[in-house]
Amino acid sequence: MRIALFVTCVNDTMFPGTGRAMVTLLRRLGHEVLFPEAQTCCGQMHLNTGYRRQARALAEEFPKVFAGHDAVVTPSASCAATVRDWHPRLAPGAGTPPVFELSEFLVDVLAVTDVGAYYPHRVTYHPTCHSLRMLRIGDRPLRLLRAVRGIDLVDLPDAAECCGFGGTFALKNADVSAAMCADKVACVERTGADALCAADNSCLMHIGGTLARNGARARTVHLAEILASTEEDPS
Amino acid sequence: MSAAPPPSPAMPTYLGMPAFPDAARRAVADERLRANLRHATTTIRGRRAGAVAELDDWDALREAGKQIKDHVLANLGHYLRLLEENVTAAGGTVHWARDAGEANRIVADLVKATGETEVVKVKSMATQEIGLNEALAEEGVTAYETDLAELIVQLGDDRPSHILVPAIHRNRSDIRDIFLARMDGAPRDLTDEPAALAEAARRHLRAKFLSAKVGISGVNFAVADTGTLVVLESEGNGRMCLTLPETLISVMGVEKVVPSWRDLEVFLQLLPRSSTAERMNPYTSTWTGTHPGDGPRDFHLVLLDNGRTATLADEVGRQALRCIRCSACLNVCPVYQRAGGHAYGSPYPGPIGAILSPQIRGIGSDVDASLPYASTLCGACFDACPVAIDIPEVLVHLRARAVEDGPRHPLERASMTAAGWVLRSPALLRAAQRAASASRRVVGRGGRIGRLPGPLRAWTATRDAPVPPPESFRRWWRRTDGGRA
Amino acid sequence: MNAREEILGRIDGIFPARPAAEVAADHERIDRRYRRAHHGGGIVDLFAERVADYRATVLRAAPSEAPGLIAERLAARPGRYGVPAGLPAAWVPAAAAIVRDPSAGELDGLAGAVTGCAAAFAETGTIVLDHGPAQGPRALSLVPDFHLIVVLAGQIAPDVPGGLERLDPRRPLTFVSGPSATSDIELDRVEGVHGPRTLEVVIVA
Repeated sequence: MRIALFVTCVNDTMFPGTGRAMVTLLRRLGHEVLFPEAQTCCGQMHLNTGYRRQARALAEEFPKVFAGHDAVVTPSASCAATVRDWHPRLAPGAGTPPVFELSEFLVDVLAVTDVGAYYPHRVTYHPTCHSLRMLRIGDRPLRLLRAVRGIDLVDLPDAAECCGFGGTFALKNADVSAAMCADKVACVERTGADALCAADNSCLMHIGGTLARNGARARTVHLAEILASTEEDPS
Repeated sequence: MSAAPPPSPAMPTYLGMPAFPDAARRAVADERLRANLRHATTTIRGRRAGAVAELDDWDALREAGKQIKDHVLANLGHYLRLLEENVTAAGGTVHWARDAGEANRIVADLVKATGETEVVKVKSMATQEIGLNEALAEEGVTAYETDLAELIVQLGDDRPSHILVPAIHRNRSDIRDIFLARMDGAPRDLTDEPAALAEAARRHLRAKFLSAKVGISGVNFAVADTGTLVVLESEGNGRMCLTLPETLISVMGVEKVVPSWRDLEVFLQLLPRSSTAERMNPYTSTWTGTHPGDGPRDFHLVLLDNGRTATLADEVGRQALRCIRCSACLNVCPVYQRAGGHAYGSPYPGPIGAILSPQIRGIGSDVDASLPYASTLCGACFDACPVAIDIPEVLVHLRARAVEDGPRHPLERASMTAAGWVLRSPALLRAAQRAASASRRVVGRGGRIGRLPGPLRAWTATRDAPVPPPESFRRWWRRTDGGRA
Repeated sequence: MNAREEILGRIDGIFPARPAAEVAADHERIDRRYRRAHHGGGIVDLFAERVADYRATVLRAAPSEAPGLIAERLAARPGRYGVPAGLPAAWVPAAAAIVRDPSAGELDGLAGAVTGCAAAFAETGTIVLDHGPAQGPRALSLVPDFHLIVVLAGQIAPDVPGGLERLDPRRPLTFVSGPSATSDIELDRVEGVHGPRTLEVVIVA
């Protein structure tokens, strides 16, 4: 399958390792991965901050960039949800390409849960809000993680509760955001995990920033990086 | 025909209320408040989930509830005329109020016409919204709130902080302290046992109920094709206020009308389970006009617009008018749980308040323009809503209105505009990424950033920021030919 | 323009008025795929269990046993009891101090009230009074602190939809689901505020 990677602006700029893991993983599964270089951003930040004009311009651009691919895959549940839920409303008639979040693509389209990964660490999984309540990917990431060899997967208490990121919410309502994140971090620490995993680096950046500030043991790792990791080539 | 009343504010903005972030900051710092809210909301969350899970057709009920409400909104004129006709035919009198001032004037005049100076009230969001008690006080009429939580708020000279349980920010020992200090005849040995507190309220209000000549209520549902009014409650104070006085005045938002008696079969299943997590609330009263020999001899229904028709005109925002005031969205909201209800600066707090208040009042003030941003868009409210109001969708919609019509934020606008240009051009994005990567040796210490200036300082007060990587993904892709080189 | 005309004018400007038949047809099209009832059989048992969940006292009696049982319940709480004049004579204990159709002023001094009901919903443990002859005006079963309701098995509908069909909305109705209660203290349920704090239900089957 010819898969276009929509890496997202945040991963492109701040978390290139997640993009590289996507490439490694999808190639290992036997697929051709393309990176349309005209891609930039889905417009979520502008949309969710109230700057509809800018968001619309980005939504109009998106289908032009990704036209002609079998599937568009992204390591961000939140950006996938923006494209799927909002682009048709922002740019009606522009034609939204088929965009899948990574775990949806693996489980639903490629019909695999065991991707041959190896990750010998204690991991807990945070189901991000947009993955749960916009994309409704349910337990797909957990099914993928359970099939990873060597992993010690532990439940996160109050997992479905928001971490308090919310894009510009973290700046506009920093106090509430920090209070929410403190509770999330306390739950992560209770698991004794070495790594906190999620399907979105923006939420991980938020939780990870608090974990780091607290000097906590757990680090953050994107789902793609665990799934890309193998015994021969560990991440 | 009376002349148009002078313009009046649609809803008290709680004078001096700061914008949401400032009010929330104070709440977050109040550990006792946070503990009270956490305890109450987590208790009700678990119970609500159980009450909802018990019905395997919940989604079908929710869909029906949504459709009935949407049908009413799309035919609101028809159903209001029908309701008016049937209430009138059953012996009631219908009044129409464009705004809060007009509604208060109508109620005050009705009370004064009875010659009474005291009224008993059953908890009602509509009368909170219009500030009726304050308006009556100015006319020399004392309104006694009879709902336990409203009584706690009234005695404590406080503001409600929750739709269903206005005193949710108070725990049992706070309540005991308020009763001992402010309630006439409270027993000196009052304990903080909930049953003892309820008993004290019972004794305190009994004489008021038995002597009251005028009762004031809200309305949960008004059945258009029969003219029947419906009030759901728990304590029996509603029954007292609706039954014992000679005159009953009910104030309802125009969106509370439902087409037929049959439609209640949906809402009487959705509302109690979403609200108090009960299969059914202890008491529901219905009445149709006046009933000879039973209950009030005089019944007045005040139909209130107060920003509702303006909300109806907004294609996206109008779904807020489906709300049946259950408060499930408050109870599941992580922001409400930390910020508390007062931070929303309105009788309607929480997620529903964040979309209702700015629509009813308009988005001109700082507090109203800040409310659509009082959410992480986590979506828990939408999932819990028994009439499927897509609150995140309306929040995003109102954010756009706040940017277009609200108070100006030049710095934010400038940076959003600049970011918009950068993100529309791969070349500019590449240049920005190069600049970010070049800065990493300057800003990062030990692989993370501890302090940033300007608006980003809010982030780094409690959270480290990640250091930009040595190269962006797109640069790596080019340099390595997608990892193949 | 008066308020009525102005409000209706605003609404008609957004959604122009349509013929009543069209509106009714749209109302008929509402998707009602929810259940008419959540339980098939065992309705009386379900009702008894659900009422008891509210911490009401639930008792069951054959028609011939009901008078004795009611007399026993009232004897356990000495005092004067109010009953509506239309309450079946068999349910009015001869030995108790009974006030038929008490006046408003007498209500607060009563030990309790005994009434029948109009219908009941098993699923939610709800009893509905329509304040007909066997139930008396609304105040009778509100002001006294004790309420005993006699429910005939045939009055019990399985669930809310079927139960509402049995009622006439033109009558004043009171839906009772357990004794008076509140969730106003820490969002947890406490029984007993302004309405009757003790609810006893006698199911006659």
